[in-house]
Amino acid sequence: MGTTKPPELLSPTEPEIFEGLNPPIRVLIAKPGLDGHDRGAKVLVRALRDAGFEVVYTGLFQTPDMIASAALQEDVQVIGLSILSGAHMELFPRIMDALHERGLDDVLVVAGGTIPKSDIPRIRALGVAEVFGPGTRLATIVDYIRDNAPRPSALW
Amino acid sequence: MTADEVLLRLHGSNRRVLPRLATLVENGDADGLEALDALFPLTGRAHVVGVTGPPGAGKSSLVAALLGRIRAENRRVAVVAVDPSSPLTGGAVLGDRIRMMNRHADDGVFVRSMASRGRQGGLAWATAGLVHLLDAVGYPLILIETVGTGQDGTDIASLADTVVVVEAPGLGDGVQAIKSGLLEVGDIVVINKADQPGADDAQRLIRASFDLAHPSHGRTVPILPTVATTESGISELLVAIDDHDSWLTESGQRSVRRERGARAEVLSGLRAVLDRRLESGTGRSPELAALIERVARRDLSPRRAVNALALALDAPAIGGTVGD
Repeated sequence: MGTTKPPELLSPTEPEIFEGLNPPIRVLIAKPGLDGHDRGAKVLVRALRDAGFEVVYTGLFQTPDMIASAALQEDVQVIGLSILSGAHMELFPRIMDALHERGLDDVLVVAGGTIPKSDIPRIRALGVAEVFGPGTRLATIVDYIRDNAPRPSALW
Repeated sequence: MTADEVLLRLHGSNRRVLPRLATLVENGDADGLEALDALFPLTGRAHVVGVTGPPGAGKSSLVAALLGRIRAENRRVAVVAVDPSSPLTGGAVLGDRIRMMNRHADDGVFVRSMASRGRQGGLAWATAGLVHLLDAVGYPLILIETVGTGQDGTDIASLADTVVVVEAPGLGDGVQAIKSGLLEVGDIVVINKADQPGADDAQRLIRASFDLAHPSHGRTVPILPTVATTESGISELLVAIDDHDSWLTESGQRSVRRERGARAEVLSGLRAVLDRRLESGTGRSPELAALIERVARRDLSPRRAVNALALALDAPAIGGTVGD
């Protein structure tokens, strides 16, 4: 037993140590505007965590600039906007503008909350990729993000 | 890529370059690591301050309050906030930023959240790399908020020039305060939530535990009461942090610490490499797999399996004998 030689143990042909793993998808979940209800957002944050994502949660009452600055500095691939106040047609255009100003055009933006179906075409036209209404299964959101999140690559 | 080329991009008009480089470093992407290698000679200028302590002591709130003070003095500052990854799914909730959201619109503050990604000890493998990056681009002050840690999370002492240990009332008695661990590595101790009952007792117990030992290199560790939510005691804390920075230079301790930090970073990186190779080795080496399988069947003791492998690696056996 004492002479067992494990030839692969320290093989120099191994790829670079930290490379090759699939890094977790980074997601920002934000509550824009004057909307004090964040149970849904927290349920989603928890579900995304359990799906293996890294989730930055901003908390309540975020302005478009706060959301865009956080997305920029955290370099998230996905932004989830949760809104129950009915002010989405006011806030979403301003958020998309704030993201565009910072060059964050490739970030996948999704929205959820109490958003009337009739508003969805206009929200999509702003560049929001998908709108998840009440009753959407968490797994649907998780799968959508996993399938559509861009991969971060060098910007040069 | 040379440092100049990397810096040109970092200081260019595209504000995404720094955060993206941070992502690439964190992901172990070759482009990111090469850029970091190029920048490394430019590091060592920042004052790196670790903020650590048990979960719920108020680290994030304290960092947020400090950001307010630091910006009031018109100083630029970066924050790296580490939260734990799930050992089961790899997922993480990065919630430290919530407390700092009202500092966002300010270009003098860069806040980056990171998940520990499987590392124990209060930091992520890439935390040091991120700190080097922020140092190289010229942030003069970098705050690292660790994972909420108990008695074991002392890795921060190898990375930070100044360690602030945040405690809160009601977390233990005088025996807790003399145990090995976190308090030992504190250059500054903060009793946060000092408006809560028991704050005076906590301060007295911690003071008493420090009084049992000789001051380290002739310096007495300040123990400061704060209430992060009302910003009470925050100016005093920032003064203590700056004082420690000066003390490190005057006492010659900065170079001692930097050398210790370099050693810790190289060895922990090497450990990570060996770990990964051993992990992948279990999938590829039939001999190693066979040994593990025998241990699982209770046919071979773990020590003998280890020693058989250690012999193959020319490493000393545990307990002196190879056995079997």
